[in-house]
Amino acid sequence: MLLTPSAASSLTATPPPTASASPPGAVPSAAFDLAQAAVEAALAAGARFADARVVDRRHEALTARDGDLRQLSQTTEAGIGVRALVGDGWGFAALADPTGERDARATGERSVAVARASAAVRAPGAGPVELLPVPPQRGGWSSGCARDPFEVPLAEKADLLVGVTHAMRKAGGSVIGVAEALSAAWDTRTAYVSSEGARTGQHVRETGAGMHCLALGEHEVQRRSYPAFRGQYGTRGWELVDELDLPAHAERIGEEAAALLTAPLCPSEETTLVLGGEQMSLQIHESVGHAIELDRILGWEAAYAGTSWLDLSRLGDLRFGSELMNITIDPTIPGALGSFGYDDEGTPAAARDAVRGGIWTGVLSGRDSAALAGYDHAGSVRADGYGRLPMVRMTNVGLEPGPHSLEEVVAATDDGVLMEHNRSWSIDDKRLDFQFGCEIGWELKGGKRGRMLRNPSYTGTGPVFWNSLDMLAGREPGEWRAWGTPNCGKGQPGQVGHTGHGAAPARFTGVRVGVRG
Amino acid sequence: MSTPGTRHQHDGTQQLDAVVERVLDEVRRQGGAGAGPVEAVVRADLHRLALTRFAGSGIHQNTEDERTGVHLRVALDGGRSATVSTTRTTTAALADLVGAALAAARLSPRDAAWPGLAGPARVPAGAGPDDATAGAGPAERAALVAAFVEAAGGLETAGYAQTTLLTSAVADTAGLHARASSTGAVVDGIARALPASGLDGSPPDASFRADGVGRAAARSLADLDAAALGARAARRARAQAAPAQPLRRGELPVVLEPSAVLDVVAGLLSSTFSGRGLVEGTSGVRLGEQQLDPALTLLDDPLDPASTALPFDTEGTPASRTELVRDGVPRAVTTDRRTAAALAARGGLPALPTTAGAHDASDTWGPVAQAPVLAPGSGGSVDELVAGLEHGLLVCDLWYTRLAEARRSVWTGLTRNGTFLVRDGEVVGPVGVLRFTQSYLEALAPGAVTVGSDAEALPRSLTFGAAGTARVVVPPLRLARWNVTGGAAT
Repeated sequence: MLLTPSAASSLTATPPPTASASPPGAVPSAAFDLAQAAVEAALAAGARFADARVVDRRHEALTARDGDLRQLSQTTEAGIGVRALVGDGWGFAALADPTGERDARATGERSVAVARASAAVRAPGAGPVELLPVPPQRGGWSSGCARDPFEVPLAEKADLLVGVTHAMRKAGGSVIGVAEALSAAWDTRTAYVSSEGARTGQHVRETGAGMHCLALGEHEVQRRSYPAFRGQYGTRGWELVDELDLPAHAERIGEEAAALLTAPLCPSEETTLVLGGEQMSLQIHESVGHAIELDRILGWEAAYAGTSWLDLSRLGDLRFGSELMNITIDPTIPGALGSFGYDDEGTPAAARDAVRGGIWTGVLSGRDSAALAGYDHAGSVRADGYGRLPMVRMTNVGLEPGPHSLEEVVAATDDGVLMEHNRSWSIDDKRLDFQFGCEIGWELKGGKRGRMLRNPSYTGTGPVFWNSLDMLAGREPGEWRAWGTPNCGKGQPGQVGHTGHGAAPARFTGVRVGVRG
Repeated sequence: MSTPGTRHQHDGTQQLDAVVERVLDEVRRQGGAGAGPVEAVVRADLHRLALTRFAGSGIHQNTEDERTGVHLRVALDGGRSATVSTTRTTTAALADLVGAALAAARLSPRDAAWPGLAGPARVPAGAGPDDATAGAGPAERAALVAAFVEAAGGLETAGYAQTTLLTSAVADTAGLHARASSTGAVVDGIARALPASGLDGSPPDASFRADGVGRAAARSLADLDAAALGARAARRARAQAAPAQPLRRGELPVVLEPSAVLDVVAGLLSSTFSGRGLVEGTSGVRLGEQQLDPALTLLDDPLDPASTALPFDTEGTPASRTELVRDGVPRAVTTDRRTAAALAARGGLPALPTTAGAHDASDTWGPVAQAPVLAPGSGGSVDELVAGLEHGLLVCDLWYTRLAEARRSVWTGLTRNGTFLVRDGEVVGPVGVLRFTQSYLEALAPGAVTVGSDAEALPRSLTFGAAGTARVVVPPLRLARWNVTGGAAT
């Protein structure tokens, strides 16, 4: 069943978010000319639909380790990626640094040649490829940025990162084997043109930073991080890094890493588990975000990323979790890492429910997958730069804040374990069976936080775990936060996605903890 | 979006040579005004990556990407360094690249551990490219897909076929200049069968599929037998669709098929046998000791005639055949220039060979092996290894394995694409997806391993980046213990 026209038109009523609305002029007009030329060439070569993205992306990364600046890298990547639909076959071709419309047209024609080859092996019984109707957009969008990360002096960045590595080492003492801090920034300008008449420009700046240290014991290694195990990121400027205030946390991180070496082991038992917000963000990412990707549900990722335990026939009535579980797909959250104005097939950003009151209600989708599934919205198709095919990806998939405070959650826990900051993660190809390790644990006894515990880990099954959610923080300021994941892998060739996950500390009952090898 | 100027064609090694020479000339020109000499290493790559994916037995994604990348690292005053890269190759863009690198380096604090440049060296020839693979188009890839699908005999299939061409030129201000090309081809897919009912006669889950896998990597497209891989995947899928057997958690002997062994080897290479892990103290490797079973020999062999690797790494270090483990004794770890220098400066270690382990992300992830080979043994085929199991498991593939404890190399992950219960040397039936939490070092300890005779060349990304897919050669293994901690096991 395909979308009805009335349902499609509801998308047009949703304006793109405007962190700071800007015209397509934020992207050079020459980029639109290249994209237009590629699309026209694809149509002339036989495509019934084509779109093109001309992407210009800068990236900077700094890494300090043990008092030295170990990495300062700056990358510029520019190119064109063209998608063509010929009959019922898709093709994609990309070229770095097109010098003019001739290169762009050639890339458009190549995408058609690739698409024609796709027709050689058609899925048995497959119907025609259709696209969910989305009115062509014409406009621009820029993410908010108070302090351009590429204008911050390198010396200031380096001094900050090198300084906190010294501080972690000093606080942790001689057992600290590695102290590392990093920052990263991206500046991406995208011109998008489609054969349906869409023409949008987008300028997104992303910034992040973090630090960690390793304490080396005789038999094992312990790690502590701040603010998250791979840092915190957002569609913001350097003000995000300023707000993290890395120096204020360096001493604690060093001390905790050292203390973990002699802390007692997390017990192996079934108990009540309280997760910190950062670990909750990963729990959401892995066991909810990937599970609701429509391409996985349809089997398009069966051989690699995997499928999903979710069955589309149960959309709208399947109980995914307890009534405290309210998950949204929302690329409009200002500053969150998965925010944008338009996805990479021109659908304007809009917020949707994925789980409401514990009931599964929505998926992440693109125009072709939504049309095939009879689903009524797209908007979650993204690509890693110009050279990769846009595909279904997470945007911001987050858990709404709950009615409790963390203090109340701890006070209400007579016997349990609090775990914070991810250390390892593993989940099966249906996104059902997971096992996560955390950096640090705390014994919870009689409503109070007790001893520090080392090597905490827990395991479970998605819906069983989420149905055991019985307390959710977020009532107090700062407890709910839009965490950024800068390294979500998916696709072949491999793509790295940037996603956001609102999360607050939460409590789960009857969880198996302390899994050992 | 291109900067006006003279564009350098990027369709071969001569053009890439010209790019690196121009960059070095620009470094000398712009860097000449500084107080001291400028060290620089530059690399220009042309990477053509074409990949056709199929699902539901039809092609659904089909991509081609061609990109030239120029990567420059400069160091001033013996350690104020910066790395820049671009996809732009006009004269003006290259001048801008050099200017940006020098400006960034001047602002950088001095890195006391700057290892210097590779300098002039004799670079071996390497396997070189296969012309037919380099020139393959979407029709050739579609033919591979069609063969895989056809051979699966009507089962649903999914996977991909890929061809790559990588041409690279590298030069530095100390006199290094090398260039080479390589090709690679991959077919990797699953067949999916409808499951039978459960042991208790309950109806099968309609959304569940029993999967089997067939995969291979080669330097040449002609060396891939997609039909054989499709047939193999189908055989495993049909076997996996039988009624599931119950299993309890705990330690069991196990036979790992090559795809599962690949995951174990990749895990060890990324941690235990990474030079960075040894430098930082997170690796549990004990060089020179009988740490592993004497049947195990692990090589990095990028110069093998069948290799898909270049004969040098991203820093220009010439590739060589390196024994990482010889007869169960760790002999070396992978290195880039930084880790090699750090290890050389450290006391208490045996003399270690320098490997060509640098890649674009080695500053972040550490060096890697380019062409790992776990040498085959005398244990026979998978069936023969299974015949030696009284009670245990046959595991076809592993999935989502993550390091849980670095020193002991404890990993957790899941089985995939076929896991079977074995009794009295015979496969009894499938057991579903199992979670394991296992120290790889302990699983491979002396006395615990039988190495199979039939090694396979399999695809694996080892470099955490766009550099592509390595060809890893591994045999099946029989291990005395494997710790099943969850999943379908209760």
